[in-house]
Amino acid sequence: MSQQLPKERRIILKNADNPDYSNRINCYLREGGYQNLKKAFGMKPEEVGEEVLKSGVRGRGGAGFPAGMKWKFLDRKSGKPIYLICNADESEPGTFKDRQIMYKDPHQLIEGMMIAAYAIGAKQAFIYIRAEFHEGARILNRAIAEATEAGFCGVNILVSAFSCNLVVHRGAGAYICGEETGLIESLEGKRPNPRIKPPYFPAVLGLYQCPTIVNNVETLCNVRHIIEMGGEEFSKIGKPNNTGTRIWCVSGQVMKPGYYEFECGALTLGQMIFDVCGGLRPGRTLKAVIPGGSSAKVLKADERFTGTHKDGTSFDWGLEDIPLDFDGPMAAGSMSGSGGIIVMDDTVDIVQAMANVNAFYAHESCGQCTPCREGSLWMRKITQRMCNGGAREEDADLLLSVAKQIEGRTICAFGEAAAWPTQSFVTKFKDDFIKKATEPSGDVDNKNLQLI
Amino acid sequence: MISSTDVEMVTITLNGKEVEVPNGINAVEAAALHGSEVPHYCYHPKLSVAGNCRMCLVEMGTPMRDRATGDSILEEDGSPKIGWVPKPVIGCATNVSPGMHLRTESDLVHECREGIMEFLLVNHPLDCPICDQAGECRLQEFATDYGRGYSRYIERKNVKPKRTRLGPRVTLDDERCILCSRCIRFSQEVAKDDVLGFVDRGSFSTLTCFPGKELSNNYSLNTVDICPVGALTSTDFRFKMRVWFLKETKSICPESSAACNTTISSREGVIQRITPRRNDLVNDTWMTDSGRELYKDVRSENRILRPSVNKIDLPLNEAIDRSIQCLTGKRIGVVASCHSTVEEQILTKILADRTGAPIFIRGHFGEDDGILLSADRTPNLRGALATGLTDTYPDDNLTDLNDVLSRGELDSLLVINEDLVGSSVSEENLDNVSIVYLGTHRNQSSELAEVVLPSLTSFEKPGSYLNRSFIAQAFEQAVPGPVGLSPQVEILAQLISGLSDEKVRYSNLDEIWKLAHSDEKNLLGEITFSDLLLNGIQINGSAWAHLNFAEKAALHFTPLGDSSHD
Repeated sequence: MSQQLPKERRIILKNADNPDYSNRINCYLREGGYQNLKKAFGMKPEEVGEEVLKSGVRGRGGAGFPAGMKWKFLDRKSGKPIYLICNADESEPGTFKDRQIMYKDPHQLIEGMMIAAYAIGAKQAFIYIRAEFHEGARILNRAIAEATEAGFCGVNILVSAFSCNLVVHRGAGAYICGEETGLIESLEGKRPNPRIKPPYFPAVLGLYQCPTIVNNVETLCNVRHIIEMGGEEFSKIGKPNNTGTRIWCVSGQVMKPGYYEFECGALTLGQMIFDVCGGLRPGRTLKAVIPGGSSAKVLKADERFTGTHKDGTSFDWGLEDIPLDFDGPMAAGSMSGSGGIIVMDDTVDIVQAMANVNAFYAHESCGQCTPCREGSLWMRKITQRMCNGGAREEDADLLLSVAKQIEGRTICAFGEAAAWPTQSFVTKFKDDFIKKATEPSGDVDNKNLQLI
Repeated sequence: MISSTDVEMVTITLNGKEVEVPNGINAVEAAALHGSEVPHYCYHPKLSVAGNCRMCLVEMGTPMRDRATGDSILEEDGSPKIGWVPKPVIGCATNVSPGMHLRTESDLVHECREGIMEFLLVNHPLDCPICDQAGECRLQEFATDYGRGYSRYIERKNVKPKRTRLGPRVTLDDERCILCSRCIRFSQEVAKDDVLGFVDRGSFSTLTCFPGKELSNNYSLNTVDICPVGALTSTDFRFKMRVWFLKETKSICPESSAACNTTISSREGVIQRITPRRNDLVNDTWMTDSGRELYKDVRSENRILRPSVNKIDLPLNEAIDRSIQCLTGKRIGVVASCHSTVEEQILTKILADRTGAPIFIRGHFGEDDGILLSADRTPNLRGALATGLTDTYPDDNLTDLNDVLSRGELDSLLVINEDLVGSSVSEENLDNVSIVYLGTHRNQSSELAEVVLPSLTSFEKPGSYLNRSFIAQAFEQAVPGPVGLSPQVEILAQLISGLSDEKVRYSNLDEIWKLAHSDEKNLLGEITFSDLLLNGIQINGSAWAHLNFAEKAALHFTPLGDSSHD
């Protein structure tokens, strides 16, 4: 915290919050919008893909998989149509970055998508937007109409032979639709049960069993900027293997929660909480931080994180020292996920927080595969009982055991998303869980604890 | 089944032992071929892979190769180093490839199974004492293998509907459902009647019918068979019988020429239910609902239980004597049946040959559903062809008999299981002929008959049929027939002996087949009944390729003469 505080570097959200900027096309064109689409159309599609690969940009949806690599996996020889899908089902608790982009600068996403569609050869693209963003769907539809009118989208884009139809599809309110194969099922009009992989890798057997690329909103916006500055130049932003900027969404008990765009690795978690977000409320101390949306493993305030990086250098961090990029939280045993940083101070009852997270996953489990379906609800029932005065000392170990029976045995990553919070909360705050049983608080308010 | 001749075999390492398996089959099947059962719920060999129960998790690895050179990476002891997939994989969706390593019995695999079992049971009602599935329940079976033996679950169990009527024949207990989706996939993929689905989500997911629809197709009871737990139950069989009391008999469904292989479950001589038996060349693991109800014929009201002469009950031997009197020295005709077994048809042919009686035979036809209910609603029309009862394809009536009768050319008729009046034969033409009726159920012809000889249904006798693909299949006797009755072959043999100089002697069904072998025109080859008991045998049907068979292409059936033979 002694270092000088780095400044926000806004690339994606450059214009979003300018007072004289609106989500209409004239504002976007005024700020140089759609120039990069023209630039991309001057290149060969493979060259566009090559730039994205060179940029090293990693997916912003949660898993952090290199986007250029994902495009490489695309099965181009099948002769089947190729689809591009923008995953705008932003539902990870603690995450609210894509919403800012779509509501405030939708044309940036459209431009990014059209460049991506050109690169992968998709003639049909979809934006799968979560049901709750009804205003966002309206804004996007208006923006698509504007872009189509101006020839940036739809038939014969920029008077070229390339056409790509873009459709906004609204979900029906399920977290699992953010899982890419679940999203594809939902887009096909079915119940969004994630598919088994193998064989249903979207790049080979995706939407309607055709090769499909699914990218996050922020990732696709980055494509526009990669074309603008070139992959090489883009890769210089941030740190190696952690290129570009990231929008961090800070929520919880800090003075200034909100979204902040920084170069990857430009600041530490401590700087984010205590400097950028104005620190905790007066008199409070930090208890725990979830660094990447509720699925990420929780970090305890007084934990030490030690180990060696891939390059052989060792590190010894406190929670405050964890660099905010992809690899930092990963090295600390958690993940940067979707960039949703949830801060908890000492007034938080950690078991209640756990109960809340568990309630979310039990509510959102699609119910397709056994471990996630039964395990998530069981964990919810246990933690809810604990909060309602029925805690037992053995519950902590039971929770860990249930979580272990889920992790790694499910169809999709929801299993890990549901198991990791429990594993980390219970392991790191075991005393709090034991205390629930041994020192009943007698807190009558807990009897009717409302979850999610 | 898989024949090793046309399938490429590959070597995999299963639990440390090198074994040969057909290339591309999944790990569950591969392990089963070598005696290692991988428990599973959602996987069904005849349905698409869903991979949702997670019970078949196994460890999988492949020999590691150097990325640069492509050479195998070796362990210190010189054996190839195996790159094990870090997470367990589902066996049902893991297809074997050369050199693959599988562990189906490791500690991790057992731990996975124990975990899944516990999860499946936490919200399960555990009402085995009143559950129809008890005794044939995969949940029970694997719970004994991988269950904890006590419950760590002290929370309240989920509550779901207990008695949902999914259709006229299927009742659902949602609390027992483990959401394996077999029934949904069956409805979509086999019955082609997409009416089932899940509503709600997570552990509250509930199987139900789509609004305004019901599970009423003619294959609905297969969902009950494939339900690995007691969620889907047959409304007919529900709460009737504990399955461990049932005696099982291999049988063949007589409903149509599809000839589904079946298992007849009976107790103390009473049939309780009929279920399909797997035959990958005929019916896979399915059968029709209508075929399952045929057992009700055994105890139906119009069943003929006593031999009679002019409506007066007599012992069987006296009725047979009277029949012989009726038929001796007369111009007689024989009305044969496509419902008869091959053995009965062989004897019918012998009887007609010895007495010089003309044979009349009709077919029974209905709509072909393209699956397992074929247009030919008799089990053995092809048997009638093969045994020489007819050279032409039977019509759906007996107008030729009517013509003969109207010309007054016949005095007596031996009618086997056929209703003449319902087959375009006018009643006035029957006034002047005496009828010997040999059949199982009363109809207008039996009412007109002078002598009525009761016979046994296909559940009460052994026999064989030739199905639509000319596969000869045998069935065994499931339950005893009514007291005092004899099998049709016995009655026919006595009639033959009474009507001709030479006696027909046989001590078993094989010898009846051998009687046919002496016939020059015999087309059944050199097989006999007992050859069929283990598996059906394909008969060469090309001699009849010119006939216009009623069946259309269906499951495991391509019509003769159709170039696209499979």
